[in-house]
Amino acid sequence: MAIAKVLGIETEYGITGGPDGDPITASSILVNAFARNGEINVNWDFGDESPANDARHMPLLTSVAPMIESHLANTVLTNGARFYVDHAHPEYSSPECRTPLSGLLYDRAGEDVLLHAVRLANASSLDSPPITVYKNNSDGKGNSYGTHENYLVKREIPFPEIVRAIAPHLLSRQVILGAGKVGYETEYFDDLSPRFQLAQRSEFFEELVGLETTLKRPIVNTRDEPHGDPERFRRLHVIIGDANMSEVATFVKLGSTALLLAVLEDRGVEVFPAMPKTPVRAVRAFGTDLTLRQGQESVDGRSRSAWDYQDELWTLAHRYVAGGDGAAVATEAELQLLLTQWREMLDGVRDNPESVADRVDWVAKLRLLNGFQNRHGLRDDDPRLRAIDIQYHDIRPDKSLARRAGLRTLLTPEAIGEAFHKPPTDTRAYFRGRCIDKYPKEIVAANWDSIIFDLGIDPLHRVPMMDPLKGTAELLGDLLDNAATAEELLRALGTL
Amino acid sequence: MTEQEHIQKTSTEKADEASSIELVANAAKNEQLKNDLDNLLDEIDEVLEDNAEEFVRNYVQKGGE
Repeated sequence: MAIAKVLGIETEYGITGGPDGDPITASSILVNAFARNGEINVNWDFGDESPANDARHMPLLTSVAPMIESHLANTVLTNGARFYVDHAHPEYSSPECRTPLSGLLYDRAGEDVLLHAVRLANASSLDSPPITVYKNNSDGKGNSYGTHENYLVKREIPFPEIVRAIAPHLLSRQVILGAGKVGYETEYFDDLSPRFQLAQRSEFFEELVGLETTLKRPIVNTRDEPHGDPERFRRLHVIIGDANMSEVATFVKLGSTALLLAVLEDRGVEVFPAMPKTPVRAVRAFGTDLTLRQGQESVDGRSRSAWDYQDELWTLAHRYVAGGDGAAVATEAELQLLLTQWREMLDGVRDNPESVADRVDWVAKLRLLNGFQNRHGLRDDDPRLRAIDIQYHDIRPDKSLARRAGLRTLLTPEAIGEAFHKPPTDTRAYFRGRCIDKYPKEIVAANWDSIIFDLGIDPLHRVPMMDPLKGTAELLGDLLDNAATAEELLRALGTL
Repeated sequence: MTEQEHIQKTSTEKADEASSIELVANAAKNEQLKNDLDNLLDEIDEVLEDNAEEFVRNYVQKGGE
């Protein structure tokens, strides 16, 4: 039986502005501004408590200079997410989610976390150039930053089988899930010089399999860090996706990938379509093929386009769900929504792109670009086209072009507002988020698989959370409700 | 006209009618999409960063991940 596909998305946002134009400084200011407003208050690693702990119910601290730590700012949110500085970007890692729709909800709440942090930071430093963040994956000048997905997979599935099963999906899903990009920025396309690519990330991939994420990026990443019981679990760390502005695209990205991993666990690797003979060439070629019909030779001798791969993979997933399977991924109703949207996007991009301009990011973006170029009679290299590309991903409602593009939504503002503060109830993120909300002063550090409490008496107490499906509201809700203090909680858990 | 032919003709007329309704609906939908795009482009004219060339030039990121 396939195991529950616990999942989540980590997003590194593009960032500009700040006092000295340094992205690390600007990112630190964002994270600290958010922490100081009391939305969050816990370090990721051991460290002193933030003096902001008492500020939870205070008004905005607009007069306090942001604290720049010598180490990178890093904090945990009451919704179970992590918000921190990674390299030179602010990064939001969603809490562990039980279904694709929940994963979408917490990814979307992350946009609001960033937006809130930006507003706090800019309100408190009026002298420096305002900070702006972008939910995209490249600067158009050869620098790319990641949007990574994580999926819980059975440890007993041999890694080569995961590669063999999932690589065709990871390199072809851009046909419906790519965020679109004006031009190109690596030497691979000097001869071809495409005007537009389906995805932001595809041209940056150089290997089929590997451990790297910043150099020689692999289509399938081998980082083996389960953040859970290593005997039972593997965390598949997917680094090839684009950040999506379309809610439907984020949902289908998580759902299609989780569902195919469940198919692998239940049906085995043999049911999957054959790998392209040259996967790296295929991912790049698919990304520049706006006809969606150019095939690449697979190891079984057949030629398949990205569209052909997605058609086969959809059929595989559909058959799996029709056979009564899929509970590892979502409820029956959510699975039906997933399969319907996936199919409509797939048929739409080929037969009538306009019909999916409300769901497929690259189609929505290209529609704006073509319309704008025609209206103003612009050349292909006009900087305004590149500006539209970047500004599509601006998360400020008054500036974002994606928010104006008529994208279909799946979430209510109320649900997003709640997910900003509250954790999902059906994974261990519930325990983490509730603890941080309820006992902020007693928590010195939290991590994906543990929380460390300091009750003021030696020693520190570490509560391990090695199973992502434990620590739910169902299992611990009453206990958390009834424990007025961290000490009571630890006694009830039997840790003291 | 035999009754059979009459029925056939009526159903053909109905089909024609249906397809012409569909065509009108499609034309209306296309018109709507075009209007939507025009409005959208008006908005882009308004909100697009003022100096696009400088904005694009200054949008430089460090690699991440």
